[in-house]
Amino acid sequence: MDKMIATPAEAVADIGDNATVMIGGFGGSGAPVELVHALIDRFVKTGTPRNLTVVNNNAGNGHVGLAAMIEVGMVGKLICSFPRSADPRVFTQKYLAGEIELELVPQGTLAERIRAGGAGIPAFYTPTCYGTELANGKPTAAFDGRPYVQERWLKADFALVKAQLGDRLGNLTYNKAARNFGPLMCTAARHAIVQVSKVVPPGTIDPEHVITPGIFVSRVVQVQNPAQEELLNRAGATYP
Amino acid sequence: MTASDDLKLSNAQIAWRAAQDIADGAYVNLGIGFPEMVARYQPAGREVIYHTENGILDFGQEPPAGEEDWDLINAGKKAVTLKPGSAFFHHADSFAMVRGGHLDVAILGAYQVAQNGDLANWSVGAKGVPAVGGAMDLVHGARRVAVITEHVTKSGEPKLLERCTLPLTGVGCVTRVYTSLAVVDIEGGRFVLREKLPTITLEKLQSLTGAELVLAGPVADLIVPEL
Repeated sequence: MDKMIATPAEAVADIGDNATVMIGGFGGSGAPVELVHALIDRFVKTGTPRNLTVVNNNAGNGHVGLAAMIEVGMVGKLICSFPRSADPRVFTQKYLAGEIELELVPQGTLAERIRAGGAGIPAFYTPTCYGTELANGKPTAAFDGRPYVQERWLKADFALVKAQLGDRLGNLTYNKAARNFGPLMCTAARHAIVQVSKVVPPGTIDPEHVITPGIFVSRVVQVQNPAQEELLNRAGATYP
Repeated sequence: MTASDDLKLSNAQIAWRAAQDIADGAYVNLGIGFPEMVARYQPAGREVIYHTENGILDFGQEPPAGEEDWDLINAGKKAVTLKPGSAFFHHADSFAMVRGGHLDVAILGAYQVAQNGDLANWSVGAKGVPAVGGAMDLVHGARRVAVITEHVTKSGEPKLLERCTLPLTGVGCVTRVYTSLAVVDIEGGRFVLREKLPTITLEKLQSLTGAELVLAGPVADLIVPEL
């Protein structure tokens, strides 16, 4: 078994029009910048993939990464909890112009919907958002005297995730709080595509320290010294 | 009608007052922005563990400029540091801590709070881009949900109301409100006044409040140091 792919471009080569793509990261922390930019490169060159549904906690910042994906026009819908950032202009302008659809999801519900998708649980109940406008249209039920809102699982065709160490079997570790949505999205996507800062031989990662077991991962591509989105933005970077 | 600045607490003083009620050994989540100030005024001798939604327990203050690690941030996306005994975890574990009732206290900001404990703090209901983050999760997860806020809006409108008029974050979730003028508990669908600035009369305070302030037991003076 060898899940290694040579380049980010090859790793994202089969993501097609209308796909649902989960993208890891909380703001810039954990954002898989090189995988996202490889996808943008293909769109700019070929016009595909277009009309993507993207799942991310945020809506991009500045003009790199997810913001750049939105800016070039390849995202039709965004599912997120907090579409604001230090520089949210790209998403804000598209949204106010009616050029991108937004599904706003409370952050914990977003995480749990992805977890449920990965665990084969089609729906669950939570008190979160009960009695608010985000519960409109959702079934409710009382359990032990308390009201709850039904939420559905969230699955994707692909996940783009940034990890720290990875082996050819897809076992992963993460870097600090960059872990955030990565382990969940790997479970909920048909194909989890992971960029790692360093590839190591199987057995190098202590089994006690494996955060994402390889069964959840389809492809691993090494990106040494990956870009940190926050630093790109502080430098005023744009992409492409 | 507004309370003049010399007759109300600063944000730092409101945060200080809220910090006094956080017990030794508590697990605490502080909302983005103003509530983050509460950590600065944690009384000496108490060990409090702060949780941030993006996946850290027991994080500390900002690092010096130039020493930031942008994989080590809090929910407000500010760089933080770690304390001995800190832990990382993914987002579903993070919100299991929230939604599973494992946090002792959450302290949040507010646009409006109602006497039945309803909170509005995520949307002013106008046009623009809506954003909710973890607020709707926090209000139903922590064992105690407290609000820190100015007593009235910038234009002098009451923020403590019989019913919220802005979109709700959660229903019946707030148990205590620390304002620039008073400390108010929410009990049995009523605002119960616990402390007020000694410089404000009860009548004046009531006139700045959009629902009845109930007196149930003694009302203490709200005494806060200069900060």
